[in-house]
Amino acid sequence: MDLNVVWFILIAVLFTGFFILEGFDYGVGMLLIGRPEAERTQLIRAIGPVWDANEVWMITAGGASFAAFPHFYASMFSTFYMALFLMLMALIMRGVAFELRGKIDNADWRTFWDGAIIFGSFVPALLWGVAMANLLQGLPINAQMHYVGTFFDLLSPYTIVAGIFFVLLFAFHGATFLSLRLADERLLLDLRKKSKCLGAAAWLAYLAFTILTAAETDVMEHTSGVLIFASAMGVLSAGWEFARDGRQHSAFTTTAVTIAMTTVGLFVALFPRLMVSSLNPEWSLTIYNAASTQNTLFIMTIAAVIFVPIVLIYQGWTYKIFKERIKTV
Amino acid sequence: MDALILSRLQFAITTVYHFLFVPVTLGLSIFVALLELWYVKSGSYEERIKLKKLVKFFGTIFLINFAMGVVTGIVQEFHFGMNWSEYSRFMGDIFGAPLALEALTAFFLESTFIGIWVFGWDRLSEKLHCACIWIVAFGSNLSAFWILVANSFMQHPVGYEIQEGRAVMASFFDLVTNPYVLGEYCHAFFAGLTTAGFLVIVVSAWKIATDEVSREMFVRTLRRAVLFTLFGIFGVMGSGHLHTQYLATANPMKLSSIEALWETADPAPFAIVADINQAAGRNDSEIAVPYLFTFMVHNSFSGEIKGINELQREAVEKYGSGYYVPDVKGLFWSFRIMVGVGGAMMAIVMVTGLLAFYFGEEIKKFACCLKLMPLLLPLPFIANSVGWYIAEAGRQPWIVVGLQKTVEAVSPNLTAWDVWATLIGFTAIYLFLAVLAVFAAVRFINRTKITEEVE
Repeated sequence: MDLNVVWFILIAVLFTGFFILEGFDYGVGMLLIGRPEAERTQLIRAIGPVWDANEVWMITAGGASFAAFPHFYASMFSTFYMALFLMLMALIMRGVAFELRGKIDNADWRTFWDGAIIFGSFVPALLWGVAMANLLQGLPINAQMHYVGTFFDLLSPYTIVAGIFFVLLFAFHGATFLSLRLADERLLLDLRKKSKCLGAAAWLAYLAFTILTAAETDVMEHTSGVLIFASAMGVLSAGWEFARDGRQHSAFTTTAVTIAMTTVGLFVALFPRLMVSSLNPEWSLTIYNAASTQNTLFIMTIAAVIFVPIVLIYQGWTYKIFKERIKTV
Repeated sequence: MDALILSRLQFAITTVYHFLFVPVTLGLSIFVALLELWYVKSGSYEERIKLKKLVKFFGTIFLINFAMGVVTGIVQEFHFGMNWSEYSRFMGDIFGAPLALEALTAFFLESTFIGIWVFGWDRLSEKLHCACIWIVAFGSNLSAFWILVANSFMQHPVGYEIQEGRAVMASFFDLVTNPYVLGEYCHAFFAGLTTAGFLVIVVSAWKIATDEVSREMFVRTLRRAVLFTLFGIFGVMGSGHLHTQYLATANPMKLSSIEALWETADPAPFAIVADINQAAGRNDSEIAVPYLFTFMVHNSFSGEIKGINELQREAVEKYGSGYYVPDVKGLFWSFRIMVGVGGAMMAIVMVTGLLAFYFGEEIKKFACCLKLMPLLLPLPFIANSVGWYIAEAGRQPWIVVGLQKTVEAVSPNLTAWDVWATLIGFTAIYLFLAVLAVFAAVRFINRTKITEEVE
């Protein structure tokens, strides 16, 4: 296995970590919709100590893409220019909202920032779904690796379905996370009811996503990708059962595994490409033509081998410190 | 305006805005960590209650600032790929590594431990809790190191080769030990201490003047912040001086442009003010101190310094025809603003310090002056911003000195409309958030009392 493959795997690992961890943060953010203030405060408190570090998984995935596959970073970020701009606006509002909402004791002030959290969680979840589907489906990329389309070329029925699928999956994942972190029985019961609908909706979205992926991309040529999606749907339906039965740990584990399998499936379907060119398969970005030199990959491999486990240890420790359920405010 | 100039404008606006918060984070994390150490080591019960409130007080200001720094920092990381894709392709092999290491070694550290610090007051032992803020301070300053490693390469490339039209890393060791990093890092680190210290001075002065019940504690923070800030200012001056001397070898064009020295001279004079005529390649008039420029660079009264015109001729020989001189007028005056503001701050801090140490709590009789202190708060931020202007405008027309020009670096798929939209969007949201964050911070500062009452 050469270093290019190692880095493809590491990028996939970083995205997996990002979608699992930030996935429930986005989900919790979206679940604030329509709730009274006291409940919103409890929900936000559940992710308060961890959301910032979870977001760093995205930043690290971006940085690692830059270091290992600079052409991928350059082409992806310039291609998704407007989409990323929207995502940044959402993330800016969301990040500031967590900090400022509690600084002034005023209901309107908090309602405004909670709106920012909802917006700031929904938009990135949607756009990451759109983006991942676009990478796989193919984009008008020319021989110089430059994007020659417009913002609207990023939107197709398939990519929008993928976006909605991410939104629903993350919302369900957020609900299963909250079932582990809250203490308020009434709120837990309410979430369990919501999980029934969310789980079913996420499963149906997954079905639509899988069918469209098979139709719109060349995933059928990599049958393992389809198999992974199909088995992830099986795991998700188990998660739905667990959530309805109130088996909280199992439910959260299954939604996390579903997200991990989905991410892995996407990367397996991409391999060895990073971005597919719809103009000419020869122009696709791969782990070879988009990569840094072996020297840089080697240095970054050493850094990753040392630091990723350390990060996992101290980040894991945070979850241990804050494992106690959030008391009713 | 085309996508290139708009992208430059956008990067300038978002970077300067981001760097309003960064130095506060670098310095205030250390100040809050010192405060908490003071709290952990303190004895009496009343004292401990007040100190804990004080830690949380400055901790809250730190957190508002930190959040603004984090969200505006994500924009910067995305920016390279979004607007500067050709730069990212050309430089990714070198530039990506410090950026990834910054996320991996520093961002994880600070974001994880800040979460523990904020929510962990009742869950950790005092010492462990205090250790968390020290780790945050370490992580913040480590991230500054990595990003300045990346920036230093753009200013002064080392340890690289050119292969197949892109720069590749020949030596990671050379990259991180680039002498340019040392100057930039120390200057930024001490500027962080200065900025944060000055902020604490201003807040303390305001509280002394307006909040009688909390006065005692803020006189104490004022005294400490004066020492903290002076330490920072002397560090900024020393590192700035040494870094400028190093510029004479690393980037003489930048140095001579900062001083508007058009013709090679030995000894070279130092222009205090000058009427710069860039088109004609000279100063129409100037007031200069003879020998001084040479003395500042060479620590002696003799020594040659090359002028801009000669450096331009050398650059044409080396890189082919083109104009290689940055915006001399902008650099010249920015440098004078930076140094002037720094000097003014030193005087202000020294006077405040004398009053604080001599009068103690009686400093309240100067309440009318103390109340005006917030008007001075922009000073360190002005100095930081023009400082970065000098660093970045001073390497133009290059994006990476000698290797890639700024015009070659922009993303080719962007239209002017794309960049207009994002430029307006970022600017609008940044202004909006600045108003809300300052509003929240001011209100918090005014309403929070540091007394020995238990909440």
